[in-house]
Amino acid sequence: MEKELRLMKGNEAVAEAAIRAGADGYFGYPITPQSEILEYLMQANPYTTTGMVVLQAESEVAAINMVYGGAACGKKVMTSSSSPGISLKQEGITYIAGAELPCLIVNVVRGGPGLGTIQPAQSDYFQAVKGGGHGDYHLIVLAPASVQEMADFVDLSFELAFKYRNPVMMLSDGAIGQMMEKVWLSPQKERSKTVPEWATTGKPTTRERNIITSLDLDPNAQESFNKKLIDKYNEIREKEVRFEEFQCEDAEYLFVAYGTSARVCQKAVQLCRAAGIKAGLIRPITLFPFPSKRINELADKMKLILSVEMSAGQMVEDVMLSVNGKVPVYHFGRMGGIVTAPDEVVEFLKSKIIGG
Amino acid sequence: MAEATGIKEIIKPENLVYKKTKIMTDNVLSYCPGCGHGTTHRILAEIIDEEGLQSQTIGICPVGCSVLLYNFLDIDWQEAAHGRAPALATAVKRLLPDRFVFTYQGDGDLAAIGTAETIHACNRGENILIIFINNGIYGMTGGQMAPTTLPGMKSSTSPYGRDVKLMGNPLKMTDIVATLPGTYYVTRQSVHTPANVRKTKKAMKKAVQYQKLNKGTCFVEIVSNCPSNWKMTPVESNKWMEENMLPYYPLGDLKVPAEETTQKTINPEKND
Amino acid sequence: MTEEIIIAGFGGQGVLSMGKIMAYSGVMQDMEVSWMPSYGPEMRGGTANVIVIISSDRISSPIVRNFDTAIILNQQSLDKFENSVKPGGILIYDGNGITRHPERKDITVYRVDAVEEAGRMNSPKTFNMIVLGGFLKIKPIIKLENVIKGLKKSLPERYHNLIPMNEKALERGLEIIRKV
Ligand SMILES: Cc1ncc(C[n+]2csc(CCOP(=O)(O)OP(=O)(O)O)c2C)c(N)n1
Ligand code: SF4
Ligand SMILES: [Mg+2]
Repeated sequence: MEKELRLMKGNEAVAEAAIRAGADGYFGYPITPQSEILEYLMQANPYTTTGMVVLQAESEVAAINMVYGGAACGKKVMTSSSSPGISLKQEGITYIAGAELPCLIVNVVRGGPGLGTIQPAQSDYFQAVKGGGHGDYHLIVLAPASVQEMADFVDLSFELAFKYRNPVMMLSDGAIGQMMEKVWLSPQKERSKTVPEWATTGKPTTRERNIITSLDLDPNAQESFNKKLIDKYNEIREKEVRFEEFQCEDAEYLFVAYGTSARVCQKAVQLCRAAGIKAGLIRPITLFPFPSKRINELADKMKLILSVEMSAGQMVEDVMLSVNGKVPVYHFGRMGGIVTAPDEVVEFLKSKIIGG
Repeated sequence: MAEATGIKEIIKPENLVYKKTKIMTDNVLSYCPGCGHGTTHRILAEIIDEEGLQSQTIGICPVGCSVLLYNFLDIDWQEAAHGRAPALATAVKRLLPDRFVFTYQGDGDLAAIGTAETIHACNRGENILIIFINNGIYGMTGGQMAPTTLPGMKSSTSPYGRDVKLMGNPLKMTDIVATLPGTYYVTRQSVHTPANVRKTKKAMKKAVQYQKLNKGTCFVEIVSNCPSNWKMTPVESNKWMEENMLPYYPLGDLKVPAEETTQKTINPEKND
Repeated sequence: MTEEIIIAGFGGQGVLSMGKIMAYSGVMQDMEVSWMPSYGPEMRGGTANVIVIISSDRISSPIVRNFDTAIILNQQSLDKFENSVKPGGILIYDGNGITRHPERKDITVYRVDAVEEAGRMNSPKTFNMIVLGGFLKIKPIIKLENVIKGLKKSLPERYHNLIPMNEKALERGLEIIRKV
C-alpha cells in the first residue's frame, strides 16, 4: 500500500496517524492549542472503521486514568493535552511508569506557569524529561519538529512504548500543532490481536493471575524494582538516542535546539552561513534519552555552543552536562508564547562571538 | 438646530434613564455580541453596588470565556485553575468569614472538570454563592461538547450530535446539589429577556442576603447562550435556548429556605 | 525559490482560508509549503494573520519576522507589518478603510481594491480570491490551474459549485492590481 499525501495541521496529523497506527483508544479533554486532536477523531469516528475507541473525558485526570486502565489491558492507548492539562495528568503518568505500562501522551506545549498563555512555548522540558510526577522514573520523550514527524512519531511512540513497557511522551508545541504542512501518511495498520502476557484480560487456567500495580510495601522489593527501572532506562540510553545534524561538519558554532526552535535554528544556520559565520545545528529528536555523547564529541570542534529553546533555559542544563565544561554554553530563547525569530538567534550568537 | 437642542435635552442629568454601574470597569467586555455572560456580569455588578459590598467581596474567576471577568468588575478577585473555584472559595470564606464570597463558573468548569469541587463545597455547606453559567457548550475553547450539551446537539466534539449512549446524558448539576443538605438556596434562572433579568437579579440578591445567615451554599444557575459556537445570531440563539434548553433545564427555584429563616434576612447580622 | 508571505486582516475576513488556498496550490505544484496561523480564543473578532511559505526546498523555519510579500487587508495590519517587508520586497494592500497608506520607499507597493470590486461583482465573499489573483500577477509562483486545483482541495465538496465564481474573481484580481 502506498503512502497518502495530505496538507494537515500537526494536531490533525497526530489524530489521523493514531487511527492508521491501529490505536485501540484515545481519551482526551479539550484544551487549546490541541483540541483539534479530539475534534478530528470525533469527526473521523474510527470506531466504525477500525474499532478504535474515542472518548471525551470529564477532565485530564480522568483521561489519563482511562489510559492507565486501557494500557493495563495491553491495548494501544493514548491521550493528548497541553501544559495545564499535562500537569493534571502527572499523577496518572507516574502510576503508569510505576506499573510499567506502555502508552502515548502528547503534550502540545503552551506558555506557563499556571494558566499562562495559549501560544507556543517549550517550557515543559523539565516536566517531560526529568519526571514531572513523583518518584524515580523516566518517560521516553520524542520531540517532533514538523507535521510529518507529528504523524510518524505516533507509530514510533507505540513501538517504543511496547518494546520497553514504558510511557512515551511526544513533546510538541502550539506552533507545530497549529501549522499545516505536507504530510505523507502511512497506510492503515490493523489493530493488534496479540495480547501481551502481562495484560489483565481475565485469567485463563494456563497462566498465573496478572496484577497491575505500582505498590510495593517492602523496601527491599521496591528498591530492586527501582534498580530494574534504572537498568531499563540505561538500555534506552544505550539504544534509542535519536538526533539530526545540519552543517556540523565544518561548524565552529553549534546550536542545540529541538522542535520548533530547531526549525528556527535551521534558518539561523543559513543566515549565519550567508554572513560568513560557520554555524551548525544538532537537533535532539529524543530528549530522553538525550544525545549527550554526540554533543560532547561535537564540543571538541566548537568555539561555543548555544542552546535555543522557548523557555527560561531548561534543556541548556542537559547541554552543559553533555559538554562538561569543554566550551562555553549559552541559552537563548523567547518566552511567554513568543516564538524566537531566526534573526534574533543570529544577533545573540554574534553578540557572544564578539563578547567572547 | 432643533436636533442639537434635542440632544442637549436628552443628555441632561435629570433625563438619565440608564448608566454604567459603578462596579463595572471601563474595560471593553471580551464577549461575542449577544452573549449572556455580559448581562450576568452587569447584574452582579449592580447587586454588589446596591448592597454596598464592594469592599467586602472576593470573587473567584473560572477558566472559560469569563476567565477575564476580573477585568470587568472593580472588586478583589482570585483566578482559579479550571474547575477549582469552589475550593478556593471554601478557603477564602473560612479564613475571611465576614466577607461576601462567590464563584462564577461555566458548565465545563463547574460540571465537568470541577464536579468534585462543586459537589463537595455544596455538601460541606460552604457559605458561598456559586453562579453557574450553563450555555451547554465549551465556549472558550471553540465549541466542544459540555456535560450539559443537549441530546442530539452538535458541537465540535459531537459533530454528529450528542449520542447519549456513548457520551452520557446532560448533567443537571443544579438538581444534584439541590439534594444535598449543605445547600440552602438553589435556583435556575436566565437572562434572555428583561423579565428574566429582573428575576435573576432578585434571586441573586436573595443569595447575597442568605450568605449573611451562614446557613449553607447558595447556587444560582443561569441558563445561557453561546451564539458563536451554536452558530446562530443572538436572537436565534435566545429563541433556540427557549425552545430547547429551557424544557430540559426548567427555570425556577429548586430549593428555598423554610419560611421563618427567610424572615431573618430582613434583619441581617451586621457584617463588617 | 522560497517565498515568505504574510497575509493579515480582520478575523473572519478570509485571511486564513486565502492562505490555505495558497498552500494547497503550492502542494498541487509539487512545492514544499507551510501555513502558520495566528491563533487565539475563538470568535472574538480582532485581527488574524497567517504566514505562508512556498518553496522548492525543504522549509526551515515556518515562523519568520521578515517577508518577501505582505498582503494587508486592514489598517491595523498595515501599521503592524509594513516594516516587516524585506527591503526590495512587495506589499499588496486593499485600500478599503485605509486612512494611512504605505510609506516605505525601499519596497514596491501594489494596491488591489478587492472589497470594492467584489461588491461590484455581487460576490463579496470572493474578495480574497481577487487579492490572490493580484498577488499571482506580481509573483507568478503558482500556475492558475494549480490554484483552481488547490481551491477544489480546500473547499468542501458541497461548495464546489462556487468554483467558477472564484475563478472569475481570481482573473479579475490579475486585471485590477496596480502599482502605487
Ligand atoms: C486543566 C485545563 N484543562 C482544560 C483547559 C481548557 N479550557 C479552558 S476553558 C474550558 C471550558 C470552558 O467551558 P465552560 O466552562 O462551559 O465556559 P464557557 O466558555 O462556555 O463560558 C476548557 C476546557 C484549561 N484551561 N485547563
Ligand atoms: S464564545 Fe460563546 S460563551 Fe464565549 S463569549 Fe462568545 S458567545 Fe459567549
Ligand atoms: Mg459553557
